Amino acid sequence: MKFSFLALARQALAGHGGWPAQWRMPEPKPAYDAIVLGAGGHGLATAYYLAAEHGMRNVAVLEKGWLGGGNTGRNTTIIRSNYLWEESEAIYEHSVKLWETLSRELNYNVMYSPRGVMMLAHTIHDVQVFRRHVHANRLAGIDNEWLTPAQAKEFCPPLNIAPGMRYPILGAALQRRGGTARHDAVAWGYARAADRLGVDIIQNCEVTGIRRDAAGAVSGVETTRGFIATRRLGVVAAGHTSVVMAMAGVRMPLESYPLQALVSEPIKPAMPCVVMSNTIHAYISQSDKGELVIGAGTDVYTSYSQAGALHVTTHTLDAICELFPDFRRVRMLRNWGGIVDVTPDRSPIIGTTPVPGLFVNCGWGTGGFKATPGSGHVFAATIARGEPHPIAAPFSLDRFRTGRLIDEAAAAAVAH
Amino acid sequence: MLLIRCPHCGERPEVEFRHGGEAHVARPEDPSSLDDAAWAEFLYMRANPKGWHFERWRHEHGCGRFFNAVRHTVSDRIVLTYRSGEKRPDLAAIPGTERP
Repeated sequence: MKFSFLALARQALAGHGGWPAQWRMPEPKPAYDAIVLGAGGHGLATAYYLAAEHGMRNVAVLEKGWLGGGNTGRNTTIIRSNYLWEESEAIYEHSVKLWETLSRELNYNVMYSPRGVMMLAHTIHDVQVFRRHVHANRLAGIDNEWLTPAQAKEFCPPLNIAPGMRYPILGAALQRRGGTARHDAVAWGYARAADRLGVDIIQNCEVTGIRRDAAGAVSGVETTRGFIATRRLGVVAAGHTSVVMAMAGVRMPLESYPLQALVSEPIKPAMPCVVMSNTIHAYISQSDKGELVIGAGTDVYTSYSQAGALHVTTHTLDAICELFPDFRRVRMLRNWGGIVDVTPDRSPIIGTTPVPGLFVNCGWGTGGFKATPGSGHVFAATIARGEPHPIAAPFSLDRFRTGRLIDEAAAAAVAH
Repeated sequence: MLLIRCPHCGERPEVEFRHGGEAHVARPEDPSSLDDAAWAEFLYMRANPKGWHFERWRHEHGCGRFFNAVRHTVSDRIVLTYRSGEKRPDLAAIPGTERP
């Protein structure tokens, strides 16, 4: 069923009893033209673009848990493209442009809200770095502007700009096209759209092995629901990428860390934008439900525990209380952790691997949500053509051998 | 917050320490004899296991020394810490490693 005002009106009159399931729950077929491992936002987007843009309809997405149950459902939903290097600007801006029309393309309201992302500068070093980013972005045609403390306060009234703060605000970089989207809707929208094009989304199906033929190429995957044959396997397993790639004997330049976030009780609209402070490790925005959504830093040690240490969130809340004194009495409702895969240069890895037929999209670290559409789009092209999409090409796994790293200082600094 | 037993100072809270990444990654004796792939292997490739992990820590706000620990990366339980330079212990011989 296509979602529309007319469909809504019809269902309202019929008591909302006729809404169909948004995707099927198919049994796995014996073989697929391509398999995407991982039904998070990036994996579902990959499957959608494989079907929508490359005509590959015989595609499955395998998910060990439920779709959107990993980092897609655990992040702070920030979208921006104000990165420093040209390679990063290209992929994140590609993504922002897809965000702008995504709801219409998927026929699903992903609640993309370009409410502005403001990054605070607290030290002279911050000021110099952010001004450099502003100039670099503007040269690349990406909006980013420098604000004085008074202008920052005007854009975000709850912000404390008192000069007596422990880390006073010396200015801010603002990307007005940055903002947020509804994370679950992104996963559901891509899942529904991919399913309608014939993609099988198979949940509760954990890959336990990768089978290779005599030439070393991928010939299929062993799963908890039996063997499934394929010649093209795209691994989009976020924090578990090292574990999955080890099944094919490929070692990865990744370390997995817990990254925490938390939400407050719902309050009336008070935060008009997203505010990030890399220096004192805090992000904050307000969801449309009214909860303050707060992102903390990573834990200091690698872990798969999906739970971080309390002192890390306490440190973030110290910063939030200093930046936003109005929020000091707001109670926190829930906190959780996700496992993020971090590369040495804080840039993702998208592309081919030494194993023929095996493709990987990983290393998004602490900032993958914003890239969901762009990442899926270029990764689908990479899988379909068997060679990297031009935007994905610089992010090859091979860059760690050649030394052409993309040392992205504008990646979320919580991981630095 | 983890409680970590520094082999030199005893048990201390995690905030006194810095994590130092995977342990027993030895710098090659003769770097100039390595090809790019082997150098990348040394610099960047990591086991990143879901399970028992041999890792380095530094007691930054204490004695300042590096040491090694054996920790399970799902439960975060540490079963052994030992001094830098000591041989990598056999996992099966460490008491407590039969469960996460």
